[in-house]
Amino acid sequence: MKEYPSTLVDMYEALPIPFGLVRYGVAPDHPEVKNVQNRFEEVANDSRYTFIGNVKYGEDLTLKDLKSQYDAIVFSYGASQEKSLGIKNENEYIKNIFSARAFVVIGQGNVALDVSRILLMDIVELSKTDITEYALEKLRNNRIKNVIIVGRRGPLQVSFTAKELREMINLPNTKFHTDSELLKNELSTNIEIISKDRPLKRLMQILEKGMYHTSGYKSWSLKFLRSPHEFIAHENDDPSRPKYVRAVRFQINRLEGPLENRVAVPTGEMEEIETGLVLKSVGYRSIPLEGLPFDENKGIVPNYKGKILDNDNNEQPGLYVAGWLKRGPQGVIATTMNDAYETAEVIVSDIKQNKSMLSTDTFNATKQGSKAIIPILHQRGIRTVSYEDWKKIEERENEAGRAKNKPREKFGRVEDAMRVLDT
Amino acid sequence: MFSRYLQQNTKSIISLSNYFLNKRQQQIMHMNTLFKQNSGNKVIWNNIPKTMEIKFTPITTLDQFRKFSNSKVHCHKEITPPKEGEGVKINFITPEGEKITIDSNIGDSIMDITQAHGIDLECACEGSLACSTCHVIVDPEYYDKLDEPTDEENDMLDLAWGLTETSRLGCQIVMRKDLDGITVTIPSATRNVRLEELS
Repeated sequence: MKEYPSTLVDMYEALPIPFGLVRYGVAPDHPEVKNVQNRFEEVANDSRYTFIGNVKYGEDLTLKDLKSQYDAIVFSYGASQEKSLGIKNENEYIKNIFSARAFVVIGQGNVALDVSRILLMDIVELSKTDITEYALEKLRNNRIKNVIIVGRRGPLQVSFTAKELREMINLPNTKFHTDSELLKNELSTNIEIISKDRPLKRLMQILEKGMYHTSGYKSWSLKFLRSPHEFIAHENDDPSRPKYVRAVRFQINRLEGPLENRVAVPTGEMEEIETGLVLKSVGYRSIPLEGLPFDENKGIVPNYKGKILDNDNNEQPGLYVAGWLKRGPQGVIATTMNDAYETAEVIVSDIKQNKSMLSTDTFNATKQGSKAIIPILHQRGIRTVSYEDWKKIEERENEAGRAKNKPREKFGRVEDAMRVLDT
Repeated sequence: MFSRYLQQNTKSIISLSNYFLNKRQQQIMHMNTLFKQNSGNKVIWNNIPKTMEIKFTPITTLDQFRKFSNSKVHCHKEITPPKEGEGVKINFITPEGEKITIDSNIGDSIMDITQAHGIDLECACEGSLACSTCHVIVDPEYYDKLDEPTDEENDMLDLAWGLTETSRLGCQIVMRKDLDGITVTIPSATRNVRLEELS
């Protein structure tokens, strides 16, 4: 925009509410992370920017519609689908028991730790956050005391980061267990590599210190070298009654290969962990959308520095990608910011080099963007949501939150949010 | 009603904001959370830029409600320059290699300074140690003068792109007399793209 001040940017969003992962993916007790929403406010107030919410690309709006009114499109719809484990009974309908005392989390990333922390956290503290009321109500009635976080490889291969681990270790009245033999062994045999890798070194220091947290009526543990093999339900011959989970059977692994490419190899031994509540937290993948090439293996749109490539590696004129859809579902705000910069720079350099965009006449002012698209959407019976509309929804959320001493009470359903605009 | 209240009390609001400006970083952060919790206040602050064109001195708490289009330039004009002989010099090396020298006030953080002078340094979490977007590389000579980073800052630095031995978060460096002449480099994550496209 600095280089081309007359550029207009329109942002289409499937939900009536902006912010995506910051709103739905950041843990409620991390309000400081949500400060980035304030930066968005600045962008939204720019007259060259338009927010158009409640529009589903592929259903309400097609690539053809957009091509006729824009020079370039950046796709940035993230990764909304969960990865599957591909194990027995994974897709069977087995219910969790919320009153369960022990809780098994499969996966050792930051989401696994976020979820575990919320479950073990002091409920009074939690009720001051923007956690939704229905979630809070469930947690109030069922306090979980033990959380077991299971990963298929060893302590050096965890994907959570220092901040989240530190918060877990520092949970009040909560003790921490792990396989200290394995940890010590892994640390001492790989000491050279660890000492050169600052983030890993610091993470391991926190883990080592954490082993001395041995008092408390609640507990959490990190279990390594376990791959889930099967979900086991309670015996129940009556098909009309729901099945409840009783345990998870894990395959015990050992580690093989060099540290940068450690693989988990099954030993053939099995272990059952009894639990009434299981959560999969092994990452996400993006879904393919109409008109876009898609890499099924990586679950992303194939691209070179943000420029979309088709299956034969040809650049697709005027089509770009950013965020998790571009590089896969990992990384923090800074990572996403850098890759958005990268995509933006590629767009600017494409314009400078006169590369073809969606059509040949990039500097021809006949394209009207949302001015032309919004009437089409209205004709199709879609209630588009503007930024002013969102502010009304936000005001209602803040009001509801104020009554409960929370920063906001989020609408749990799109219909409820939309109802605010009808009145 | 609010807007009338604001019109009548413009002076006191501005003096209040100046008062905060001179406070240390942590106090500003504290106010920040306080405002967030006290949503009654938030409404007032929120309305300011919309109802009237007050140009604010950049303080963290109010800064977040600046308009994108008019923010940095106005702030640049409005900032209170340090008094003769009281300022401390700070040099920025931008990702483009440009050197910018600024006479700053003691007690300002690098985040405050860059935002006030329109230097491109993202500070997404507004100094609350929840991101690493304000990562800067400090001149080794001055790095040792700084207080040790806290565990929380280090946690975030671990996630910064292109971490160096003298990396810090801009929001955590607060200007002091003995930091006069400090040089910080703003790293560019995307420099490679530019070079490649040019060649």
